[in-house]
Amino acid sequence: MERTALPGRLTWKLGRVVAIIDETPRAKSLVLDVPGWAGHIAGQHVDVRLTAEDGYQAERSYSIASPPQDRNLVLTVERLDDGEVSPYLTDGLQHGDQLELRGPIGGYFTWRVADGGPLLLVAGGSGIVPLMAMIRQRAAHQSTVPTRLLFSSRDIDDVIYRQELEQLAAADPALTVVHTLTRAQPPGWTGYRRRIDRAMLAEVAWPPSAQPRAFVCGPTSLVETVASALVELGHEPQRVKTERFGPSGGTI
Amino acid sequence: MTSDEQHLDGNAAGGVLGQIFAVEITTAQITCAGCGRDGILAETDVYATAMGTIIRCPGCGDALIRVAHGPQRYWVDFSGTRLLQLYVTE
Repeated sequence: MERTALPGRLTWKLGRVVAIIDETPRAKSLVLDVPGWAGHIAGQHVDVRLTAEDGYQAERSYSIASPPQDRNLVLTVERLDDGEVSPYLTDGLQHGDQLELRGPIGGYFTWRVADGGPLLLVAGGSGIVPLMAMIRQRAAHQSTVPTRLLFSSRDIDDVIYRQELEQLAAADPALTVVHTLTRAQPPGWTGYRRRIDRAMLAEVAWPPSAQPRAFVCGPTSLVETVASALVELGHEPQRVKTERFGPSGGTI
Repeated sequence: MTSDEQHLDGNAAGGVLGQIFAVEITTAQITCAGCGRDGILAETDVYATAMGTIIRCPGCGDALIRVAHGPQRYWVDFSGTRLLQLYVTE
């Protein structure tokens, strides 16, 4: 449930894996039961902490994919081959395992239905995760806030939540999903086939006069390109919120 | 990978700072003691390692906040911050 009260200091909590969903060959969703979870806002993340037998600890941030009204907390994790934490989460973790997490974190990159729109969501790779929480939240509330998602992935198999996005967009005239596939495209692909640039944003984004709320999430290079291009196109910097994640093991 | 890809933003410091502060800190306005730039903490540059977290001014690169963690303690160095303006909801 959504709460507006002060959350107080964050503490580490234990979640238990109740399901693992294959999203793409490299990304999995971890469905967690977290006793005492006080609720979150779409767009927030958690820190996950792993402790080795010798006491060495590693922490990483993962966005919450589930909307606030869901019973379980869902994190979608993309495996980075040279990663310290993600390979364990995607390949080592099993049903019933426990996971240490701290959250929900962040009051900046968040959206509530009452905030309204129009919404301009721009994602690179697993940067879709916090935006998906917003899209799911919007759908759960049957919100009609006009929403456009521009989503950059390497190839069609790498598109996280592809089916769900297709279904949501097909059922909702106020939701538009535009994909760009930067590395390989399936036969007959008529969509974009390059990294997101200013010209693409000029075609897909709402005009500045519509005063959209923009949320941009992805690797640093994508976030910086998109945020500067939106400002150059005339969007107010305060309405362009960004969240970057670390090395993605390649460009998107 | 360029060095530019190594840093995150202030959203990533929300966890460690959230363990120290009782109020939401990533939406705080932070003023750099070095160059005087005002900004939102979520929009700063964050370098996180196993040893600790350094939050840098996106304008001049100076360290605004350094947090190191050890067993049962944090060391928090705020010498690079002139002012922190925190928003609280009633």
